[in-house]
Amino acid sequence: MKREDGRAVDEYRPLEIKVGIIPNANGSAMVKMGKTVAIAGVYGPVEFLPKHKQLSDRAVLRCIYTMAPFSTEDRVRPGPSRRSTEISMVTANALSPVVFLEEFPTSVINVFINIIQANAGTRTAGINAASVALADAGIPMRDLVASIAAGKIGDEYVLDLAGKEEEATKADIPIAYSPRAKQITLLQMDGDLPPADVKKVIELNIKACEKIYETQKTALKERWKK
Amino acid sequence: MNIQKEFILRCVEEGKRADGRGLEDFRKVEIEHNPIENAEGSARVKIGETDVIVGVKLGTGEPFPDKPDDGVLIVTAELSPIASPKFEPGPPREGAIELARVVDRGIRESGSIDTKKLCITPKEKVWCVFVDVQIINHGGNLIDAYSLAALTALMNTKMPEYDGEKIDYSKKTKPFPLKDKPIAVTVCKLGNSLVVDPSLEEEEHIEARLTVTTKENGNVAALQKGGGPLSLEEIEKAIALSVKKGKELRSLL
Repeated sequence: MKREDGRAVDEYRPLEIKVGIIPNANGSAMVKMGKTVAIAGVYGPVEFLPKHKQLSDRAVLRCIYTMAPFSTEDRVRPGPSRRSTEISMVTANALSPVVFLEEFPTSVINVFINIIQANAGTRTAGINAASVALADAGIPMRDLVASIAAGKIGDEYVLDLAGKEEEATKADIPIAYSPRAKQITLLQMDGDLPPADVKKVIELNIKACEKIYETQKTALKERWKK
Repeated sequence: MNIQKEFILRCVEEGKRADGRGLEDFRKVEIEHNPIENAEGSARVKIGETDVIVGVKLGTGEPFPDKPDDGVLIVTAELSPIASPKFEPGPPREGAIELARVVDRGIRESGSIDTKKLCITPKEKVWCVFVDVQIINHGGNLIDAYSLAALTALMNTKMPEYDGEKIDYSKKTKPFPLKDKPIAVTVCKLGNSLVVDPSLEEEEHIEARLTVTTKENGNVAALQKGGGPLSLEEIEKAIALSVKKGKELRSLL
């Protein structure tokens, strides 16, 4: 199969990760995946107010996903939408399992994800950035989380759909994955696929997450070498 | 009086800044052109640790009834919590609204956009110009940073093609009708001295600030005072200083 941008079916777009881009934040990162650009900033842990929101035995990981108004062709209206609220929630679920939240009872760890430019795969880019930003903040973690999406076009399983592929695919399945625990922490799907194909697509995603994981670690080491 | 404030004010009394700058010096200004491909024009401006991206989007809409053949300008700001521990999530509050309105007035009142050229069909359809900002890091002096990035983004803006029904964002060709280059410079009263480009630390201790937006010909297009009182003498000095610094900033474009 020939892809629009000449990639192999199991190849993701050029990935660039830069750690420590927001001096005010406790931890931060920028992830570029092709033309998609996400930044993440981590603030905390700090006391969670109002008090009734606190959990007595662990911290709350609060994620807020926002798209810049100019990030897409048609301007995005500022303020939360149903879509951004859902993505914020699944992002928090994707990241929480790897964070030692029990070390910070009654606190909140704020993770802000802003999409600067959108061109497919913004939630996965946001998770990749947020995971690295949490580590950059020095928050104790069991592992990093890597994230990517894949689908099926014709008879082929295709990684990291972009451009017209997003319409051509039979399904779009994003995942987030913790390689050390071999656990999937985010899984969503839109489309129409038999169960065997779903499994293949997830396996393709997992392989790619293992590679992204290496890039995340390299970026962190780059930031913290001396 | 806390130690930080004491130090900042003592420096100013001695004619310098806590970070070693002179009273009338900006921090390092860096401008990146068109970092956002999906915008019709964009710019990233860094002033010291302050880091903002402005994107200009163009859409079509109805004109205001009292200005049937003028395009519409909409300037917004959100103090995104990613940029500072002091910014909280939620709808824009005072600070964000003032920021957007001061930048808006600078662009609008200077007449820098030829809004008549943004009319498609009088009374029915005009171009709407959206100027939005993403603050990446708040290191002080957001008004000047946003204003400079907004102007740069407008200068970089190209009009997309429009066939009467649909906008074709893949074809951005025609120039945007920009007539002037308004620059905002905020002068702050720190102790008894006037300084420009306050750092985040200095901003906390200023007595008053005056934002002066000047046009290319040196005229003033917009003023906004924040904080406490200023004497006429101080205002005169602040305006003269803004004109001078505005020229310097404009030469970077």
